[in-house]
Amino acid sequence: MSRVLALHLGLVALLLAMHFVLPAYHHGNLARVMVLACYAIGFNILFGYTGLLSLGHALFFAAGMYGMGLAITQLGAAPAPALLAGLIAGLVVAGITGALALRTVGVAFMIVTLMFAQAGYLTILYFGDITHGDEGFVIQPAQRVLWGLDLSDPSWRYLAAWALFSACLIASLALVRHPFGRTLTAIRENEERARLLGYDVALRKWVAVVISGGISALSGAAYGLLFGYAGASFASVQYSIFPLLWVLLGGAGTVLGPFIGTLFMFYLIDLTSGITTAYMLLAGVVLVLLTLFAPQGLVGEVRRRGWGWLP
Amino acid sequence: MTLKPTDLTRRGALKGLGAAATLPLWTRYAGAQSAEPIKIGFQVHRTGIGAAYGRWYDRTTQAAVAMINEAGGINGRPVEIIAEDDGTDAKRGAEVIEKFATQHNCDIAYGTLFSHVVIGSAPRAGELKLPYFVVSEGHHVASGMLNRYTLQPGITDVKSQVQAMAPFITDQLGKKVTMIFPDYGFGYDHRDNLVPAIEANGGEVIELIAIPPTETSFTKYFPKIPRETEVLYHVMVGPAVLTFVKELGEFFGPQAPEIFGFIDSLEAVNIGSPGLEFLEGTYFWEGMCRHAQPDQSEFETLYREKVGVDDRGASLADPKDVSTYAHMFGCWETLNVIKAGMEASGYSGPSDRAALIEAVEAMTDMPEGVEHPQGPKLFNGKTHQVFGQQYISQVQDGVLTRVHTTSIEDGMYPDEVDYTTQSF
Repeated sequence: MSRVLALHLGLVALLLAMHFVLPAYHHGNLARVMVLACYAIGFNILFGYTGLLSLGHALFFAAGMYGMGLAITQLGAAPAPALLAGLIAGLVVAGITGALALRTVGVAFMIVTLMFAQAGYLTILYFGDITHGDEGFVIQPAQRVLWGLDLSDPSWRYLAAWALFSACLIASLALVRHPFGRTLTAIRENEERARLLGYDVALRKWVAVVISGGISALSGAAYGLLFGYAGASFASVQYSIFPLLWVLLGGAGTVLGPFIGTLFMFYLIDLTSGITTAYMLLAGVVLVLLTLFAPQGLVGEVRRRGWGWLP
Repeated sequence: MTLKPTDLTRRGALKGLGAAATLPLWTRYAGAQSAEPIKIGFQVHRTGIGAAYGRWYDRTTQAAVAMINEAGGINGRPVEIIAEDDGTDAKRGAEVIEKFATQHNCDIAYGTLFSHVVIGSAPRAGELKLPYFVVSEGHHVASGMLNRYTLQPGITDVKSQVQAMAPFITDQLGKKVTMIFPDYGFGYDHRDNLVPAIEANGGEVIELIAIPPTETSFTKYFPKIPRETEVLYHVMVGPAVLTFVKELGEFFGPQAPEIFGFIDSLEAVNIGSPGLEFLEGTYFWEGMCRHAQPDQSEFETLYREKVGVDDRGASLADPKDVSTYAHMFGCWETLNVIKAGMEASGYSGPSDRAALIEAVEAMTDMPEGVEHPQGPKLFNGKTHQVFGQQYISQVQDGVLTRVHTTSIEDGMYPDEVDYTTQSF
């Protein structure tokens, strides 16, 4: 077993072990962080590996959350098909958004994705009769029993979050080591050269958007299902910026970076909010410092300082 | 000595061990109790769009708790408030609830106004079996959307408030109503409840004008107001409300119809602010009258003094710091309901949480007094929602002067849920 695989499986094993030893509060937090880290993993595939900066990923996260939530509340679906509905909703939205947004590049791509996300947010508000707009809606505990497992129970919730995170982490690792993933990196490094080498760059970028959107949607669907709530605030600009911050903090273009960044940011906010109401200012200062002194993020910095083999 | 055969088989034992293996270590200690004081987790909007409300909810809470503690606390134990900022965000709100339950080991959670924070937090409160007393005025509690652990015993909900306004509007102001409301949840609550209430009282809502929350100028919407409008009903909120009122005044000049609004638009805003002159003579719903009325009760006088609010509803320390007077009484009253519930149930620790909820559910009449300075109330244990009087004030010479008090019955509606049938 290579050290790369050992490291990543080691993290997965460590997180499983944490389930048995963490105190209740941190146990709950880690479940949340793992689901959100999946969102960051999805974002990282597009931003970190393909070099496309989207400012509208909340659209995919919310597509998954509402695809799942509305399947349950409107169609009476069970959690498993509802999760699938969330995933499909995210894939479809990402497919359409990607096809249109990828007609632009650079700053224009950022703006177009931002606009799409804003349109998605307003669509949720517009269809308030079924989405309950900004107030959102509750997914009742009885509707959250997946294959006999009550996801409102902290143990099952943690284990479900762990399973999802493990799958996303390993899939992400497999993707970036797969020839397809390497061509994404090639596109990030030099799009023109990749095209000259004969790769269909446009198609690959679109597939990257769809994969990234799909993972983000799965995270959104799981978040709604595990924590029992879907609301329009998850589609707001703030939730498009969060994965960018997590990935930048953890290390863009690293497989472990999204998890480390999400964990770091979660506890940064949790701890500083107990000290000052200006906790987002503190978070901003930390981000500026990290950008100055560790521009490649925490994991990126580790890779630069010796662990060059980190994927 | 002989060994008795038991029902325990090897397979059964392994199954039990397997199930136990999925449990984290901390569950073994989940029943541990702290002796004292009684810890109340206070979910507060310190940042985000609800910050002005949060600031005053905090002051009212501190004042109520100081008074409860001066009087000997609850069941002989002092009350300690543990405040956490929810950022007026649904996700953070739920995290804060978890923090109260599992890190601070609070006895109960309490607080917060904005509906999305309450709706996002309530599922976690239910799962953690943490009684969650909200001061939100949303209809989400009584609608049945939440759970047995979530209660709203200190403030009436929007449905009740709007319904109680309709008879005054149609009888005193006019039958043909045009409504201007923000194009999101808060506005829809008003739209969905006002239209049937006006119709039930023989009136008619002739136009609904929804304005996107991002709008900064309103002039283009005003020509949509039909000429035959007799009453203009507005519930605009947010920083653009001053512009809204100013532009409305410029549009109508002296020929305005009767204007009725919810004070939510102007909570924490000085009614004498430049640009608000147009509001002179218009009417407002008030949960509690911001400007001291000549017949103010002794209980309200005490309440103002304890919270530190002057006769104009502003901070005693800074007259420019206007309170959210129409809502924040809910904090004071909710804390007193919690006290009464804990005393009635003999609450001694987290194992008595269900008994506390049952004690509150058993409450009905809440007479006006130091505990209920806003007025008498009637609690519905089935829907977990309180009902009370509403006040209508008119701006007269820059003073919000009460012109009508509704009865409790004006705001009552049929039950939509019976939470008492849900198990703990």
